[in-house]
Amino acid sequence: MKKYKEILLDPIFNENPIALQILGICSALAVTSKLETSIVMALAVTFVLTLSNFSVSLIRKHIPGSIRILVEMTIIASLVIIADQIIKAFLYDISKQLSVYVGLIITNCIIMGRAEAFALQNSPGRSVLDGIGNGLGYSFVLLFVGFFRELFGSGKLLGFTIFPLNTEGGWYNPNGLFLLAPSAFILIGLLIWAIRAWKPEQVEEG
Amino acid sequence: MSSDSTKKTIMVALGVCLVCSILVSSAAVSLSSIQAENKQVDKIKNILAAGGIDYANNDPQQIYLNRIKPVTIELESGEIINPEEKSDLLKPKNFDINKVSNDPELGEAIPSSEDLADIKRKPSYMVIYEVMDADENIEKYIFPVHGKGLWSTLYGFISLDSQLKKVEGITFYQHGETPGLGGEVDNPVWKNSWKGKIAFNDKGDYIIDVLKGKVDPSSSEAYRQVDGLSGSTLTTRGVDNLLKYWLGENGYKPFLENVKAEGSDEKI
Repeated sequence: MKKYKEILLDPIFNENPIALQILGICSALAVTSKLETSIVMALAVTFVLTLSNFSVSLIRKHIPGSIRILVEMTIIASLVIIADQIIKAFLYDISKQLSVYVGLIITNCIIMGRAEAFALQNSPGRSVLDGIGNGLGYSFVLLFVGFFRELFGSGKLLGFTIFPLNTEGGWYNPNGLFLLAPSAFILIGLLIWAIRAWKPEQVEEG
Repeated sequence: MSSDSTKKTIMVALGVCLVCSILVSSAAVSLSSIQAENKQVDKIKNILAAGGIDYANNDPQQIYLNRIKPVTIELESGEIINPEEKSDLLKPKNFDINKVSNDPELGEAIPSSEDLADIKRKPSYMVIYEVMDADENIEKYIFPVHGKGLWSTLYGFISLDSQLKKVEGITFYQHGETPGLGGEVDNPVWKNSWKGKIAFNDKGDYIIDVLKGKVDPSSSEAYRQVDGLSGSTLTTRGVDNLLKYWLGENGYKPFLENVKAEGSDEKI
């Protein structure tokens, strides 16, 4: 049995859902052109992941095998709608930028993956820790990508100017590639490279 | 009872659905009033931004009430109408461009030969906004405009001075153009470059050109030319076309002519 601390912290570097398992890439590409949206998305996914793990784990002994996936999806979808409603009510400007991607958390493979792989076999307490841990792992990658994309793409962080742009009278000529989705692929690739160089046991046999 | 029996399966399914639907509907119902207010405030902020009104630390809703007077007009005749007599949808508070366009009574299809802005249908009525100064005189007019860019429909406002000749400001509050390229329609420097441009000639035809590239400031035409956005020819063309459409005769021209006619009457 894993220790609680390992359940919580392993998903950050040792078993990062994006970097090791290559799950949840789609939203990591779509919402990371700014740090602010990355943070809100990371919080929303962590919220959904933690509560879906908890709920699935709570009723895991009663879920019939034949409708297992359906029950999980219903729980996840409801949590996503609640998260979406909360964001729309309290962070309206950001919700406009995130547009459909909050709704698409339903299809984020990390959440389904953790419900199937962990919450179905473990107690609610351990599942909550696993949810938070994987949420942190996802958040770490999102913030990493969002940080570099906003900094190099628009010379800003959280909307504050770091590099004054030449279109607004400064010196920095922004790199437009960083605002497009492919740059997130490149950044995630570099991150995976860095993590696997540091922890060679993550390298898959070719 | 085994978890896999039919009875248990149905019970679990019903139970999960019941709990989830209660949670979802209570979240939606309890937050809906805050969300509706957010939408309203967001619209107001955009109108104030288009009118160049700085609301910095003040309540935008209060400033809106003090300074902005919404007016419903019929596009074809250019007459101001009373929305109370027509439909609740035309009241400034409820006005939603897409809803009104798609309404069989209040909207109309645009023949494709005239459809410069590429929007297929348009509302037959529009809500425009008059910006009042401290003495209750009209300082500016704000007109909603929309049309296709490269990827998305751009929704925005253009404001004109009280003589309806010069551009006071332009802003787009909703679009899905490429960030960094077409998305630069949000760039404050570019938006500022519109300010002071002469929008109409003496006959009342819309004359602003969005160039491909930079405006030569020494050119005699510079008063009616605006820089194109580099790397986004199609978004720029979209902006150009949608303004041509909305400030042309199928758009606000009848209203503009009416206001000008009234203005000259008063002088006599």
